[in-house]
Amino acid sequence: MHFQSFSEFLAMGGYGFFVWLSFGLTYLLLIGLIAGSVYQQKQFKQQLKATIAREQRVKQYQEQQV
Amino acid sequence: MFKWLDPYAKSETLYHFCGKLLPYLMVSALALLLLGNIWGLAFTPADYQQGDSYRIIHIHVPSAIMSMGAYAAMASAAFVALIWQIKVAHWAVLAIAPIGAIYTAIALITGMAWGKPMWGAWWVWDARLTSELILLFLYLGVIALNGAFSDRQVGAKVSSLLALIGVINLPIIHFSVEWWNTLHQGASITKFAKPSIDPSMLWPLLISILAFAVLLMALTCLRLRTAILVNEQHRPWVRKLVGG
Repeated sequence: MHFQSFSEFLAMGGYGFFVWLSFGLTYLLLIGLIAGSVYQQKQFKQQLKATIAREQRVKQYQEQQV
Repeated sequence: MFKWLDPYAKSETLYHFCGKLLPYLMVSALALLLLGNIWGLAFTPADYQQGDSYRIIHIHVPSAIMSMGAYAAMASAAFVALIWQIKVAHWAVLAIAPIGAIYTAIALITGMAWGKPMWGAWWVWDARLTSELILLFLYLGVIALNGAFSDRQVGAKVSSLLALIGVINLPIIHFSVEWWNTLHQGASITKFAKPSIDPSMLWPLLISILAFAVLLMALTCLRLRTAILVNEQHRPWVRKLVGG
């Protein structure tokens, strides 16, 4: 361990603002990218599932009419 | 010679192949990233000139290297899409572009936060910084061009072409610190010479670079799967898979 205490670790030898700004924004962007990609896929699957279910209902209804 | 690759051009095979790889890639990427970053932040000595500010290197260099690696991967996919007219290759181009854009943005932001305390300026119009900014515009251009045509096939072709032309920017970024006078420091790691960085700092850096590379693969798998579902939504196998 390079630092003597946790507060020294946070201070980063006086460069704390720049170091934590970099790491904070990096993780924010990466988490956003991962979560966004997962959400996109989930949402599309739900949407397609609803479309397929609706098509099946329409088909069933049309078969009853005949 | 490359016949064994043929089945992966089929979207269903590729979808399941990516699905198998995805959990391993994602878990190892996040584990490597945490290991490399915690090691680099807390367990390495400070730099003799730059103090603790140099610790930004542990995300700046990995994101910058992989922003170029992602571009090379995207351009290779664009080449395959244009020459052999393989649809999944073009979906791969579009799956990689946003990842590359985010990596490039990270490299630029962390570079600014490192430049302010070391150079005294957030931004200078220097060759390395400018060519990396152009890389960001290339990624955004590929995404925008693809959606700019009412004929989707034309959009696919033109965006792949832009991705290929943009490859010229990669050597410019790489050699910018040698060709022009610049504020940006030279390479810390090179293939042919002994690294100018101390071994105690090198190992966590290499781990973080690997983490960004594996994360790129994981995100490509994830986003390519979504693209396959969207583009093949009328195919029976997708209907069966999603409709259950």
